[in-house]
Amino acid sequence: MCVEWESALFLFSSSVLSLEALVINDPDFQHEDLNFLSRSQRYEQAIRKSSLMVLKLREYGITDPDEIYWFKSFVHRGRPEPLDLHLGMFLPTLLTQATPEQQDRFFMPAWNLEIIGTYAQTEMGHGTHLRGLETTATYDPATQEFILNSPTVTSIKWWPGGLGKTSNHAIVLAQLYTQGQCKGLHAFIVPIRQLGTHEPLPGITVGDIGPKFGYDEMDNGYLKMDNFRIPRENMLMKYAQVEPDGTYVKPLSDKLTYGTMVFIRSLIVGDSARSLSRACTIAIRYSAVRHQSELKPGEPEPQILDYQTQQYKLFPLLATAYAFHFVGAYIKDTYHRISGDIHEGDLSELPELHALTAGLKAFTSWTANAGIEECRMACGGHGYSRCSGIPDIYVTFTPSCTYEGENTVMMLQTARFLVKSYTQVSSGQQVTGMVSYLNDLSRQRIQPQHVAARSVAVRINDPVSLVEAYKARAARLVEAAAKNLQAELNHRKSKEDAWNRTSVDLVRASEAHCHYVIVKLFTAKLAEISNAAVRAVLTELCLLYALYGISKNTGDFLQAGILTDAQITQVNQRVKELLAIIRPNAVALVDSFDFHDVHLGSVLGRYDGNVYENMFEWAKKSPLNKTEVHESFHKHLKPMQSKL
Amino acid sequence: MALMETGKYSQGSLLGSVNPDLASERQTASFSVEKLTAWLDGGTEHTRLRRAVVEAIECDPVFSRENQYFESQNERYEAAVRKAVHLQKKMDEMGWTENGPEFKALSGDLAFLLHRIFTRSISMLGSDQQIAKWIPLATQYQLIGSYAQTELGHGTYLQGLETTAVFDITTQEFVLNTPNISAMKWWPGDMGRSATHTVVFAQLYVNGKCYGLHPFIVQIRSLQDHSLCPGITAGDIGPKMNFEHIDNGYLMLQNVRVPRENMLSKFCEVQPDGTYVRRGSQKINYFTMTTVRISLILDEVVIPLMKACTIAIRYSVVRRQSKLKPGEQEAKILDYQTQQEKLLPQLAAAYAFYFISDYLQELFDRGYREIQRKNFDMLPELHAFSSGFKAMVTQYSTSAVEICLRACGGHGYSLLSGLPSLYTKIVASCIYEGENTILFLQTARFLIKCFMAASTGQPVPPSVTYLAAVTPEKCPAKNKLDFLSPDIYTEAYQHMAARLINSTAAKLQDLVQSGVKKHDAWNQCTVQLAQAAKAHCHYITVKNFAETVEKLETQPGIQKIMKHLCDLFALHGIFSNAGVFLHDGYISGAQMDMVTASYLDLLAVIRKDAVPLVDAFDFTDKTLNSALGSYDGQVYQRLYEWAQKSPTNKQISPAYERYLKPLLHKTLSKL
Repeated sequence: MCVEWESALFLFSSSVLSLEALVINDPDFQHEDLNFLSRSQRYEQAIRKSSLMVLKLREYGITDPDEIYWFKSFVHRGRPEPLDLHLGMFLPTLLTQATPEQQDRFFMPAWNLEIIGTYAQTEMGHGTHLRGLETTATYDPATQEFILNSPTVTSIKWWPGGLGKTSNHAIVLAQLYTQGQCKGLHAFIVPIRQLGTHEPLPGITVGDIGPKFGYDEMDNGYLKMDNFRIPRENMLMKYAQVEPDGTYVKPLSDKLTYGTMVFIRSLIVGDSARSLSRACTIAIRYSAVRHQSELKPGEPEPQILDYQTQQYKLFPLLATAYAFHFVGAYIKDTYHRISGDIHEGDLSELPELHALTAGLKAFTSWTANAGIEECRMACGGHGYSRCSGIPDIYVTFTPSCTYEGENTVMMLQTARFLVKSYTQVSSGQQVTGMVSYLNDLSRQRIQPQHVAARSVAVRINDPVSLVEAYKARAARLVEAAAKNLQAELNHRKSKEDAWNRTSVDLVRASEAHCHYVIVKLFTAKLAEISNAAVRAVLTELCLLYALYGISKNTGDFLQAGILTDAQITQVNQRVKELLAIIRPNAVALVDSFDFHDVHLGSVLGRYDGNVYENMFEWAKKSPLNKTEVHESFHKHLKPMQSKL
Repeated sequence: MALMETGKYSQGSLLGSVNPDLASERQTASFSVEKLTAWLDGGTEHTRLRRAVVEAIECDPVFSRENQYFESQNERYEAAVRKAVHLQKKMDEMGWTENGPEFKALSGDLAFLLHRIFTRSISMLGSDQQIAKWIPLATQYQLIGSYAQTELGHGTYLQGLETTAVFDITTQEFVLNTPNISAMKWWPGDMGRSATHTVVFAQLYVNGKCYGLHPFIVQIRSLQDHSLCPGITAGDIGPKMNFEHIDNGYLMLQNVRVPRENMLSKFCEVQPDGTYVRRGSQKINYFTMTTVRISLILDEVVIPLMKACTIAIRYSVVRRQSKLKPGEQEAKILDYQTQQEKLLPQLAAAYAFYFISDYLQELFDRGYREIQRKNFDMLPELHAFSSGFKAMVTQYSTSAVEICLRACGGHGYSLLSGLPSLYTKIVASCIYEGENTILFLQTARFLIKCFMAASTGQPVPPSVTYLAAVTPEKCPAKNKLDFLSPDIYTEAYQHMAARLINSTAAKLQDLVQSGVKKHDAWNQCTVQLAQAAKAHCHYITVKNFAETVEKLETQPGIQKIMKHLCDLFALHGIFSNAGVFLHDGYISGAQMDMVTASYLDLLAVIRKDAVPLVDAFDFTDKTLNSALGSYDGQVYQRLYEWAQKSPTNKQISPAYERYLKPLLHKTLSKL
């Protein structure tokens, strides 16, 4: 199959590829292997590169947000960096929420990096549940200032990237109090460090929150404010306002924030796809290089990729990576399609998209998170070495299960939308979009039997038919959750209790819904592929994705009567046949992701496959090897031996 | 209680006084925590002893782990060496023994763990003369040992190792060589920087004939100045996901000569004239691995899982988020069903695996006694069990610790939570001492063999007689309460395991009969085989849990809560593997709904005792080394105070002067 053509169609545009070359060939962006550096050194390298990056972006005149995203990603090789929040949150928030006067005051200095800002939302005690944030901003009409306070330990801002050491300003989210009333969360521009000396301002306590699992380059920080005063004009007032006398003016709509969330979550879906693709690339290439044991007595050791168990670990993940690419692209396109409507004030499509992206963000990040680890473990002991690059992919990716909305909470948001749609259908209304399968329930109601007991004549070699099977499973689980919820409501007094006691069922329903959407989108994508060879191999991957999902969730399909025991046996058998069919294309399929060695950052995943020689070269550079005899010998070992 | 005394902090700090959210959890315990702890320890005397050791170690500042999360690889290594050396001194002072509890008290953050394996392998594989020569030297630390088996190109598949040891009859020496790069020894702990000697596994050649793998004692560094011996290339293999404190090493051998007496020869020997003599089974060479697999289950897997559960559950009653009822205080996150569903099954698994490790230890002790008498009959079963359970327990526990980590949201991601290091450590156990998939397949081979034997009426070990037993075709449960009967669910597991083994064996036979070659047929069934082996281990774990609960008759208070946990462990397994139970209709769709209902009900029941159940593990704060999991629950205060001690806050960052300042002041172009 044609690798070049693949990458051009699906994954990168040619301008992105030339950006990559621009960065990779630039001597300014070279440095020692980060695995050998301390955290402080890694932060320093990141700051150095970020500073140069800003200059070069201006020099090259790169302004398109997508191009900036890719440029950044190449410079930092997919890792976070201390200016992420300045570029990704501080500047955009100024653009969308600042008044023209505020933009005059802050935007150009921020654009020119005299002001480096971050976005301080999460506190020690609260994350996803925003209403629980405790930081206060109390308006003082006498001086026309807001007084910012961190009233408790739990209210200390905690986690914002770039806050610890890099930023001199922060957009702080705080509960606004004016005229003795709390008006909820609002955003304020707060200077935190002295311009010039970079020392924290009086009333500000700021620092780094210490070492983390990953994100070594990022100075995630804490911020504590004690009666810190800022002028009234520092509240972002494009929508809500506080007038000089303290009168509060309400914003027009609060649904607008949905737009940003949808956009960021769509990025996470794309990131799930990319991170999983990188891990798959490394594991599959390495599995073609590694030889082990014997398949046939007397023959040379086979490539470990020839073992069924190894294929069973890796190929479903490869299929998943492709599936998520298409899902990410779909959400992004949908967002762009309706963002015009949003701008015009037509928010009708937003709730469904919002509910769908919440669930897909959770589904894809959970799956990719587990999948990256599976890839790493499929590389055996060497996967555990930092030289494999997968530990780094994992620790960088795993927080996306938590940030921008904790996954379980996200699944429950999707569930709320599903239950709402189900209730609408039950009361005779039609629903549209991805949940329209629920409409079938009302037709079904005429017959006394269980909705999904209606047999779907599933053809296990036909993706379209498998979409129907997934649809039936989703319908069954949404209905079951909604009915259980109703039963709990009948038993108990409070809505919240009933919801809580059904939440495990509700999460399952959301997962089934997301799974259906993904199989559907993957299947739909096949029709768009004109090259027959590419379509053939992607159809195999699509089938594998769908059938593997069934074999991992046989309980759902059996219990609902969607598939019989005999069909499940066939599905399991077919999965194994597909593994053998995909095997010859496995390396080509990861080559199509087209990751440059520098970006992949892995000795095991090198394009040239010269793994062992390069592992030895890499190890020799390890900090413990700096001297032939380690100083511990003289300090501890020798004295002990002489004493015993 | 030892726990309470460790929480001493500076005056004026909240630390030390118990957070009311945690205190209230302890007031409603349905059982005595102290009694449960004593039972887990095997008696109050054991508890007392363990606490005394832990206290002696933790009050010694040399063993402090407060800065562990802030240290570099070099610093971690040096600290580990320092602690190991200090521990030797302390052991002499206190009269502790090599296998006592003090190693556990240090949470594994020590160098020289491989030194112990070096010693153990000499004791097991060495002749009496070899033991007499080497063991005193090792015990006195006149040398530091390692154990070099794994190579760059080969791990679990031992026959594939490429290092050679050729017998030179003229000098009565073995000549050891690393014939190519993939034959380089890679990964052995303590070998990169510390070890002076190592046990090298190499293919033995005598008179041009290969006799397979054998162990040789090889000196690699000078006992005088620690420089490398001639012909030796060795060093550290570089940073890993964890174990920064251990110098996992590489080793290349070029014509390194060792005397004939350096081949460990309890079971095999090369005589001066080159005659090769074997005593007993060659499999005995792998016996060290069996031993290690069984002992690692408790020390390296179950205990870290218990710690992770302790941290996540305590944090989940301190963390309040969102509201369950309007107008009320925000709810503890452990009151959310989804959080219970994440954590409580992991807690049940920690108990289940604690009991299975007891079971394996007993099996092993019995087998070891037989081997001492040169009876090797139990070796296959022992090998199969140590492989399968090592694989199942490590795989299950690894994902359990990761669930605990993610259940703590953002703060779980901070190293100060203690969870990332528990995870990165436990995850290595899926690979070392045998890659899990391969281990499952070894167990499967044993099971298929036993199944074939049992179905033709031949005798099989008692643990697998169930393979030939006749069970009812349908689960007899009538309502959800029936699923709280150990007989009902144990039988369901038994049926499921037997069915999977049976159907895989049938498939293998079909393939062979249809003309597929044996090895091809095997490869085509490996996904199923691994699943069958896992099902077997799962079944034995459930059965052993139920039997353990039964034996608790004399302690009704503890028995009741253990019964709940056993039920939860069993039903969680059915709920999450519904397909294999539904498949042949043994459990019906309606019964599966009953399982789900009973399972979810149990979550709410165990929720009430969740904190006492982790308190009973009796970890001190210093052992946990976690801002989220300390006994007093002062999570936020501890997190804040600890973060301020981070080097990133103490040192002035060179990045500001060098890069940030010029960036802010527009002089970057001069860089």
